[in-house]
Amino acid sequence: MLESDFQERNRFFLNMGPQHPSTHGVLLIVLEMSGEYVLDPQPVLGFIHRMHEKMAESRPCQSFMPNTARMDYVCALPYNHGYVSLIERKAGIEVPRRAEYIRVITSELNRIASHLLWLGAYLLDLGAFTPILYGFDDREHILDILEDITGSRLTYCYYRFGGVSRDIDDKFVDATRAFIKRLRKRFVIYEKLVTKNIIFIKRAENIGIVSPDMAIRYGITGPNLRGSGIAYDVRKNEPYSVYPEFDFEIPVGEQGDCLDRYMVRVREMEQSLRIIEQALDRLPEGPVRGKVPKNIKLSPGDCNFAVEAARGELSYYLVGDGTGVPYRLKIRVPSYSNLSCLPELGRGILLPDLVSILGSFDLVIPEMDR
Amino acid sequence: METISMLPPELIRMVIAVIIIISFLFINAIMMGYLERKIAGHVQRRPGPMEVGFHGILQLIVDGVKLLAKELLIPFNVDRTLFRVAPLLSFTPVILPLLVIPFSEKLQARDLNLGLIFIVSMGSVNVMSLLVAGWGSNNKYSMFGAMRAVAQSIAYEIPILLSMLAVVLMCNTFSLKEIVGAQEKIWFVCLQPVAFLIYVIAGLAETNRAPFDLPEAESELTAGFHTEYSGMGFSLFFIGEYTNMFIVASVATVLFLGGWHGPHLPYGEYLGIVWFFLKVYFLLFLMIMVRWTYPRVRFDQLLNFAWKYLVPFSLVNILITAVLIKL
Amino acid sequence: MKQYFSEIYTGGKSLVEGLGVTLTALFQPLVTVQYPREEIDITPNYRGHIDLVLDPEKNTFLCISCGMCEKSCPSDCIKVQGKKMEGEKKKTLALFELDFTKCSLCGTCVEVCPKDALEFSQEYNLAAFSREAFHFDILKRLEERRT
Repeated sequence: MLESDFQERNRFFLNMGPQHPSTHGVLLIVLEMSGEYVLDPQPVLGFIHRMHEKMAESRPCQSFMPNTARMDYVCALPYNHGYVSLIERKAGIEVPRRAEYIRVITSELNRIASHLLWLGAYLLDLGAFTPILYGFDDREHILDILEDITGSRLTYCYYRFGGVSRDIDDKFVDATRAFIKRLRKRFVIYEKLVTKNIIFIKRAENIGIVSPDMAIRYGITGPNLRGSGIAYDVRKNEPYSVYPEFDFEIPVGEQGDCLDRYMVRVREMEQSLRIIEQALDRLPEGPVRGKVPKNIKLSPGDCNFAVEAARGELSYYLVGDGTGVPYRLKIRVPSYSNLSCLPELGRGILLPDLVSILGSFDLVIPEMDR
Repeated sequence: METISMLPPELIRMVIAVIIIISFLFINAIMMGYLERKIAGHVQRRPGPMEVGFHGILQLIVDGVKLLAKELLIPFNVDRTLFRVAPLLSFTPVILPLLVIPFSEKLQARDLNLGLIFIVSMGSVNVMSLLVAGWGSNNKYSMFGAMRAVAQSIAYEIPILLSMLAVVLMCNTFSLKEIVGAQEKIWFVCLQPVAFLIYVIAGLAETNRAPFDLPEAESELTAGFHTEYSGMGFSLFFIGEYTNMFIVASVATVLFLGGWHGPHLPYGEYLGIVWFFLKVYFLLFLMIMVRWTYPRVRFDQLLNFAWKYLVPFSLVNILITAVLIKL
Repeated sequence: MKQYFSEIYTGGKSLVEGLGVTLTALFQPLVTVQYPREEIDITPNYRGHIDLVLDPEKNTFLCISCGMCEKSCPSDCIKVQGKKMEGEKKKTLALFELDFTKCSLCGTCVEVCPKDALEFSQEYNLAAFSREAFHFDILKRLEERRT
């Protein structure tokens, strides 16, 4: 009775404010704390809401392409992929096989870049200042490879309805193969510096355990779900594009703590390298753009398309009304559901543990607020 | 024990020593700041400061000028006296231990009988400035940082004292000059490796350096106890931290690495300082490398580490030492 | 008890290995470039703002001022105007303005142009003091490049 009495008298509110080094973006978390323990974290969103869905309702569907990259700028190509595949499914456009292979290769490269950035940022939150720079060094090679064919470094507008906008050449293939070899050697460095480090293990093991039941209740997807033991990946369970032709595994964790989520992402990077290798070996010849009608009319009715972004399942839902302008476009982003389990997960934990949990969830706030 | 004479020759020597030491402090802070930034840069495969001067040598001087010129902000509802006094409190107790450290055989400001105890007591006063800074800032984040700093300092004083005791048991004296003198044949690090390791780790924790830098944990608490300080106040904390590191490293050198002993040099009584500085800067290099390699330890894990790992090992170490000396 | 000691052993070994990684990195060559003093070459496929293509034979632009780029731009940042000169059947280009503060570098205008009259420039280090400096007059830029 004495302890709860003490807790009652010593409660205070702390704003892990919109400007904070550890919330990745503009996210406000209102913490009700007692001493060092967090009693009730409540996230507050909406600081970077830019009305992307409204923009989609006021312009023809071709004009939405640049917006898709701006929602999640760290891993923009799967967002591109989801949108063009949605319109192709709705309007019945065929995509040539070479274009599908190029889409898979570039999406997987982007997934590796996103995971490298996540690794650096997570360790920066925990207080290690060097792995982020090693990650950015590796990421620089990916960005150079992608800049050569798409023309941009971060917000790509590369996919078009019916294919991709520019073909790849030998330079791209050689650079990608050299990069794969280099990255496999760099994984050893990350293993020695981070994964085996006892201080890091103590900060991440048994912290923020998400049980499979809690994950399903909140709709968590992506590496967070796979860390809890459920092997659900959109590329295997609801295959799209040419993913069924590749042979790759889905890494799964056991417990659902931060260390499991970390290991799932590191092993996913290796699996992405496998996919890229197989795709480069089997790259077919052919055109890179299919036939697209001049004015795309979206027939009345709805349509849905889901892809696996770096953070989870991303799905677009479109309602057409016969014109070229969508009646409603709803984007289901993975970070929104991933964050929603924080009030239940963060009850009674220490403040540094909250930072570790937020880092291991890999949230990108602009995609949450769209 | 005869009383010390404060006649003019002795007085002049003391005054000159104090002046040299204080100016050395600032030079040391500048050099260490530059070294830290350069090493941090090269560990991260980037050059570090390069613009000002040749490879950025003048960078810290320019930074000092910038900090001097900044406006001294005083936030709204603070306790004015405490807020202003805190940086001075952090700067003063770190000057005094330098007076008793033997830089060379004839270069020591004052050789106290209880030199070691004096140094440890000054280290304890250091934590008071953190508490005053945290409380006086009227900011929840600062208060967090200050409270963590107090618990951390209190917990890590005990392994420091116990590891020092191992050396004292072997030498039978607290005076630093005689401890260095006793290491002529063999340095104590060979005889007491465990105590050396414990002392360096606990010393890192006392100076609030990574991986134990929770009071100023940048990614959690946006700079901890010195959040509200700007300009000269901030730089005094900064200089105090570097000097504290220097003191920890020099005490480790004196106790374990043989002080000013080394291969023979002409004017050996005065130039022993060269070996002293080499050893001290080697230890400082290790401390800087540790900061840029490891993540931060969580607070309760920090205290866990002190009470469950460092203290038992140092106690067992003293026991073994005492038994072996008796035999 | 055994776990206590084994944890100390594996922990200590991992710490020493980590320190080894950073020590090796300390002596490896740098990967950064001092930007304003040295510059890196960028790929020719880089998407800077758009420019009119200078036809080498006729020494003029290829644009027929049809306005397709203006209609298809998602951000409404292109302004094209053609003027009918005396003695000619078709319009010639009189005004081509790009508001770069709104452009999202999507490439729709470059693809949709029927005469392939637009291309991406390679300007990546643009800086100015006012917003008006980024309202580019593309036709004037072409005139300056004309030999």
